[in-house]
This record gives sequence, structure tokens and C-alpha cells, in this order.
Amino acid sequence: MKLIIAIIKPFKLDPVREALSDIGVQGLTVTEVKGYGRQKGHTEVYRGAEYTVNMVPKLKLEIVVTDDLAPRVVETISAAAATGSIGDGKIFTLDVGGAVRIRTGETNETAL
Amino acid sequence: MKPTLGLAGRALAFSAPLLFSLPAFAQEAAAAVPVPDKGDTAWMIMATVLVMAMIVPGLALFYGGLVRTKNMLSVLTQIIAVASLAMVLWVMFGYGLTFGGDANQFLSTGKFFLAGVTADSTAATFTDGVVIPEFVFIAFQMTFAAITVALVVGGLVERMKFSGLMVFAIVWLFIVYYPIAHMVWYLGGTDEATGLIFGWGALDFAGGTVVHINAGVSALVGAIILGKRIGYQKEVMAPHSLTMTLIGTGLLWVGWFGFNAGSALEANGSAGLALINTFVATAAAVLFWMLTERVLGHKSSLLGACSGAIAGLVAITPAAGNSGPFGAILLGAIAAIACCIFVMKIKAKLGFDDSLDAFGIHGVGGIIGSIGTAVTMLPALGGPGAEDYAMGAQLIIQIQAVLVAIIWAAVGSAIAFGIAKVVTGLRVTEEVEREGLDLGEHGERAYNY
Repeated sequence: MKLIIAIIKPFKLDPVREALSDIGVQGLTVTEVKGYGRQKGHTEVYRGAEYTVNMVPKLKLEIVVTDDLAPRVVETISAAAATGSIGDGKIFTLDVGGAVRIRTGETNETAL
Repeated sequence: MKPTLGLAGRALAFSAPLLFSLPAFAQEAAAAVPVPDKGDTAWMIMATVLVMAMIVPGLALFYGGLVRTKNMLSVLTQIIAVASLAMVLWVMFGYGLTFGGDANQFLSTGKFFLAGVTADSTAATFTDGVVIPEFVFIAFQMTFAAITVALVVGGLVERMKFSGLMVFAIVWLFIVYYPIAHMVWYLGGTDEATGLIFGWGALDFAGGTVVHINAGVSALVGAIILGKRIGYQKEVMAPHSLTMTLIGTGLLWVGWFGFNAGSALEANGSAGLALINTFVATAAAVLFWMLTERVLGHKSSLLGACSGAIAGLVAITPAAGNSGPFGAILLGAIAAIACCIFVMKIKAKLGFDDSLDAFGIHGVGGIIGSIGTAVTMLPALGGPGAEDYAMGAQLIIQIQAVLVAIIWAAVGSAIAFGIAKVVTGLRVTEEVEREGLDLGEHGERAYNY
């Protein structure tokens, strides 16, 4: 099993979710996050007080899938979340040690 | 008390609210006892509650939106608490000290605890023989005291102790607000009993000196005595909700029609003039603040629009019934440009933390409005001045009035803050300031998501 963590632009959530659903992904978890990478922040001015905001709002998706599905998930997110401009985000893949579906007690791949 | 009917005829047409109850013996003597007009009475009751809407929720939300989330609730609490305190003190001592009959040029000394006032008591207006119920006048003036002390909070937020603020408010109302309101608005039976500034012939229709210069200067003194917030000009202190600030601005603008047009004390043409001026001066100020932002190299912002609205409202306050609509537009535009440059460019270099620009907008805008009232009176600008209106002489009187208000407010508020410092202390601990005054001072949060 693999955990795929994707940081994407907030307005790309719907296209990504639809594309993942089309390739058979059963569920995902979304968190609103802030961070920075190569994309510059911006400046805010309130009555002359200037604040440089380095942290850019993004969404973090977490998806656990079987090993064989993982490459396709990465590919799909990559395609659906792309705009071609800086700040499109990043995708990480990690190994997962185990999984349990709490309601039934099913484990590992049957729990996904 | 002296018979009062003749007094209202004494050149009051362009002056501020000022009132006399009619004593019983005057009623016996007079052939026709003035009876309050129902239209005037209804309007003044409405105007009074409109001013209330300016305080809670108007000013509370305007200020609240500008602070950080962790201090939102403390600002709301401070506003509702000091305003309530001012209301209770007003009926106990404030009305008596401000409008309680002839004594001297600085204070009245009668009608404590509203002694002798009944539902049949009346107060004179600016028209001979026209009166309104005295309770309505008392309530209307009460809201002015309440909003003025609440405005001072803008210079003190995010670091002042709640208990210290309450002590300050009590002392400040007695030694600053009541005397200045008496000096500017009280017309006595003799020159010796008439308020000092009123006696000079100063024009202050709805409170440019009494409310705005007074509150602005006091907030500045408080900001200097309290010191800067921890992290000022280093950490991000962006407003937590400009949506709240916009709602507050809208409520202030709407309520201000009661404040300005109500200061005519009658439902008449003077109130109508104040009404239209309160629209157009404010609208001009909104546009010119945003324009000034552009000229200074920034984007036109919502906070700029809201700040401009308040600057325009402040500036037109002393001139509301003392200006034509185009003089009002001019005054609003000038106030917006000056206040915008002050808060965006000058304040940062002066090294004090007037956190929500109570001085930058109410102080600076109030000074411009009070002095500018001498200009907007000009018939050439559509003002209501007579043909032989002498602007130069009036300008000098206005400047004198402004200087007295500034000095009185500065000295008085320094004393009031000093007393509060001794009694309760002024600043919260560093720990409370970092965690936020909501939890530290009130044990609640504004938002529990």
C-alpha cells in the first residue's frame, strides 16, 4: 500500500477528485494548509502597514491506495492539477505499514 | 433658574444642541405654554436610538474587525461596557454637570439624579417657542457621552486592562467630557453662565470638538502612555475581519444621521440639511481616500473606503447644519486626503501605536472639520452664513475652540490615565497580551469553531 500526499492549488480540488474517482479511487482526505515553495507570497497593506505574506494557501490531499494503483493516481493528480504556472504543487509517495477499517475490522488492502 | 424662552432666540441658528427646561413659574406666566410637537418628539426619539446603533453594534464591529482574532471579544466587551457606564453616569451626574442650569463657564451644578425632571418637562430647541420633552433631550445627549468615551478605546486596544479602562472612563467623563460639552454647548441666562467656547460664538453643530477632537486626542494620549503593543511594526497585526469592519462602518453611517440631523433638535429644514450633508460628505470622503491610496502607490482598498467614510462623517459633524452640500463634499474630500496621508505615511514615523487610528481619523478629521466649518458657512460655497458673514473672524474663533479642546482633552486624559494606573494598572501582563485579551481578561473566545 502507498500513501500519496498531494499539495495542490485550492481551486483544483474538484477536477482532481473527479479524475481520481474515474480511475477507481474510493476516498481521500483534504486539509487546508499554508506553505511556501518556489511560488512567491504577496504583500498586504492595511492603512499603510505592509505585511509580506510568504505562506500561500494550498490543499493537502491524502490518499491510500494499493501498490499497483499508485503510479496511476500520481499521474492522474499530476494531469488534473496542472495549470503550467508556478505554484501548481507537489506529490509525494510513501509506503504504508498497515490499514484497518474501524467498522468491520478488515485490515490492509481490504480496508481501503 | 432664569426664564429661558428668550434665550433660544440668541443666535442659536447654527449652533449646537443646547437646552433649557422650562420651570413651572415660567409656564404660569407665559400666555402660551409651548407643548412639544409630536413630529419633533418622534424624530428625536428615533435620532437617539440611531446614535445608540452607532455604538453597539456599529463602533464595536468597526473596531472589532480591525484587531486580531484573539482580541476581538475584548474590544466588543470594552465598547459595550464603557458606553453603558457613560449612560448610567449621565443620569446620575453627567446631565447635571453639563446641562443642569446656570453656574459658570465650565460646568453646571444642578439636576443631579435628574432632580425635578418629569415627563412634562421640556427643553428648548433652536426655534423660539419650540420645545421637546426633556427626557428625550437627556437621552439624546446621553448617547453622545457614551459614544465619545467608546471612541477612545480605538487607541488602547489589544493591551489595556479592562479594569483600568473602566476607571479611566469614570474619571475622564467627569474631568474631560462634561466640562467640554458644557463649554461648547451650554447657553446660560448670562454670559458668565454660558459655556466658554459657546460664548465665543464657536460653531459645532453635532460634536466636532466635543466628540471627535476630544476622543481622538484622548486616545492619542492613552496610546502614548500605554506604549506600543508587543511586536508592533514587527509582527503581522492585520485586521481579522474586514467584513465586520464594513458592517460596523455601515451601521455608523446610518446611525450618524441621528447624530447629525438629530442635532437640529427638530424635524425641520436644518435637520434636512444635516441629512444630505451626512450623505455627500461621506461619499466624497470614501472616494477621495481610495484615490489617495492610488496616488500613494497602493491599491484602492475596502479598509480605505471604510476609513474614508469615518473621516468624512467626522469632518462633517461640526459642519452638518453649517454647510451646503457642495461645501460638505469639499470638506469630506479634504478630510479624507489629510487623514489618509496621516495614517499611511506620517503615523509610522511618529513612533506611537494609536492602534485603530482613533487620533488619525477622529482627531485629525475633527480638527479639519471644526476649522473647516468656518469656510463651509460661506454663502459663496452654498453655506447658510448671512450675507455679511465674516469668515476670517469665525476662523479665529474655530481655531481657538479647537486649541482649547485639544489642550483640555490632553491634560485631562493624562490625569485620568494616571489615576487608572495607580488604581488598577493600565497594561495586561505580557503573557495575557501574547495569548490575547479575550481569554486573559474575559475568559471567553470570540469564536469557537
